[in-house]
Amino acid sequence: MTQENTNEKYLVDIRNERLSFFTPAGEVKALNDVSFKMKEGEVLGIVGESGSGKSVTAYSLMGLTAYPGRLIGGTIDFNGHRINDLSESEFREIRGNEVSIIFQDPMTSLNPVYTIGNQIEEVIRLHTDKSKDEARERAKELLTLVGINEPEKRLKQYPHELSGGMRQRVMIAIALACEPKLLIADEPTTALDVTIQAQILELMMELREKLGMAIIMITHDLGIVASMCEKIAVMYAGKIVEYGTTDDIFYNPKHEYTKGLIRSIPRLDAKEHERLVPIEGTPVDMLNPPAGCPFAPRCDNCMKICLKEMPPVTYFDDVHYTQCWLNQKEEFDASSKAGKEGADE
Amino acid sequence: MGKYLLKRVVLAVVTIWAVATITFGLMNMVPGGPFLSEKAISPAATAALEAKYGLDKPFIERYLTYLGDAMHGDFGLSLKQRGRTVSSIISAKFPVSAKVGGIAVLVSLLLGVPLGVLAAYKRGTAIDSTFSVLATLGIAVPSFVICTVLMYFFGVKLRLLPTLGLTSWKHYLMPVFALAAYPTSYIMRLMRSSMLDVLGQDYMRTAKAKGLSQGVSLFKHALRNAILPVITYLGPMIAYTLVGSFIVEKIFTIPGLGGEFIKAINGRDYTMIMGTTIFLAAFMVVMLLIVDIVYTIVDPRIKLK
Repeated sequence: MTQENTNEKYLVDIRNERLSFFTPAGEVKALNDVSFKMKEGEVLGIVGESGSGKSVTAYSLMGLTAYPGRLIGGTIDFNGHRINDLSESEFREIRGNEVSIIFQDPMTSLNPVYTIGNQIEEVIRLHTDKSKDEARERAKELLTLVGINEPEKRLKQYPHELSGGMRQRVMIAIALACEPKLLIADEPTTALDVTIQAQILELMMELREKLGMAIIMITHDLGIVASMCEKIAVMYAGKIVEYGTTDDIFYNPKHEYTKGLIRSIPRLDAKEHERLVPIEGTPVDMLNPPAGCPFAPRCDNCMKICLKEMPPVTYFDDVHYTQCWLNQKEEFDASSKAGKEGADE
Repeated sequence: MGKYLLKRVVLAVVTIWAVATITFGLMNMVPGGPFLSEKAISPAATAALEAKYGLDKPFIERYLTYLGDAMHGDFGLSLKQRGRTVSSIISAKFPVSAKVGGIAVLVSLLLGVPLGVLAAYKRGTAIDSTFSVLATLGIAVPSFVICTVLMYFFGVKLRLLPTLGLTSWKHYLMPVFALAAYPTSYIMRLMRSSMLDVLGQDYMRTAKAKGLSQGVSLFKHALRNAILPVITYLGPMIAYTLVGSFIVEKIFTIPGLGGEFIKAINGRDYTMIMGTTIFLAAFMVVMLLIVDIVYTIVDPRIKLK
């Protein structure tokens, strides 16, 4: 097959991933046919509301899917590994080494009973054969890299002695300890206040320049993805409903949900009495997803077919695509205007 | 830390004094006395005995004398065991109880903690349910039932284990099992529930994301966070277990301190009651202090002030 070629070209290649949580109440289809690719050093933003599958997608890449979730279809390739086939011990080699993650809440993501030094050195010693002293040196280096002053002193401190922003920097230091190919940032600034948020994002961008790793930025803050990401995947109800470059998504959104999201961003140039436009309705019940497009019940331009059938993928160019009947209709109208066979409805 | 310790020592003295006072008062309210028996003793002889041990003096005077002596480390003579001081009885009997009890404490820790961790890790599986049934049994079945059932099967029916005394390692098996059943089960349940709590914490996800193995994850990152409730329980449990169980010692004829408590109360052996009670109280106070200190070692967020 051509698998080898694609592996060489892409750092991440997820194809038709389907993942479900088998709960006592029934099967929750958290991911339905999620596909995307990432090149080395690329920054991808995944946006969407709570429960849309942003984190689940990223976690499955690291084998961190929480019980009772299970991958039930598709393939995930990362850095030459077929993730589906990895054993637990092979996975451990990759985690924290080739791919690492920063979590949302730095207050609870560090173990309270071990020192910062212990927690950083642990991952270094696990994946490299550095001695204790070398690991300590490296830890000091990392703390300096993430902008923490007096690293010597910090190494001996416990998480509760540091502020939230500081702890997130430590989390970044842990994530970068083994110079991963891919860094997953799962809403890394949601739990921080705004000034610290900016500092952390700036730091991440700076480190990306220096170390050249790819980043998956999971967030529901469109402002963050606009400034940081090259590509954006918009997720809704376990599907990527639109995917494109940052310019595509912000200046040429095709899916009704993406358009809604962009309308709901506060703008500096808004007129004084202009109101934000929220997206009406509530997210779908993932236990009983509708037959058609999951966004149809909330869509202003919903058509009959939207409620019945899932729309196929419409490609606009090599990168930009969406899954929406409206775009399908435009294409259909265009093709019928051109003259040829109309095909049945 | 030094200041804290000083405060605790002062508090400990006050606690022990309060225990001594309450025990002394209660003991004197109980009808009967050390020199009553089926055989009639002449009133003159009783009076002479009471005079010898100072029991003819008024309550307050006896109380003050006792406290004064106790503060000098003199707990008096036993009223029932002719010619032996309370201190000598305790120092002869305590090591016997402490040895059996100490083994039981070790067993309950070495079994209870790993089994609890395993049950939490395998939550919802057959292993978990089996352990939980066993733990419930261990907590619900009283020790005298465990003792007699063990004795009947292993001692009488199968003739595998000796049923009395403490002369070889085989003698220890049944008493230790009977003593350890409850604390093992209790520790296992404590460990399981606090471990479940910890396993759901964000830092456990971090540990997994670092690529750590399950073993390191569980025993380095989870255990130290989850063990606090067990340490809390361990303090008083060690004190009670080392001092000896009346029931287990009685059934297996172990010459330990546990039996002395009940014997002293039944015989109104006033000095012995005071001695054993103060001993247990002091032991308990020391264990609680040790627990507090161990807390600060296990969890750096806890500071003693």
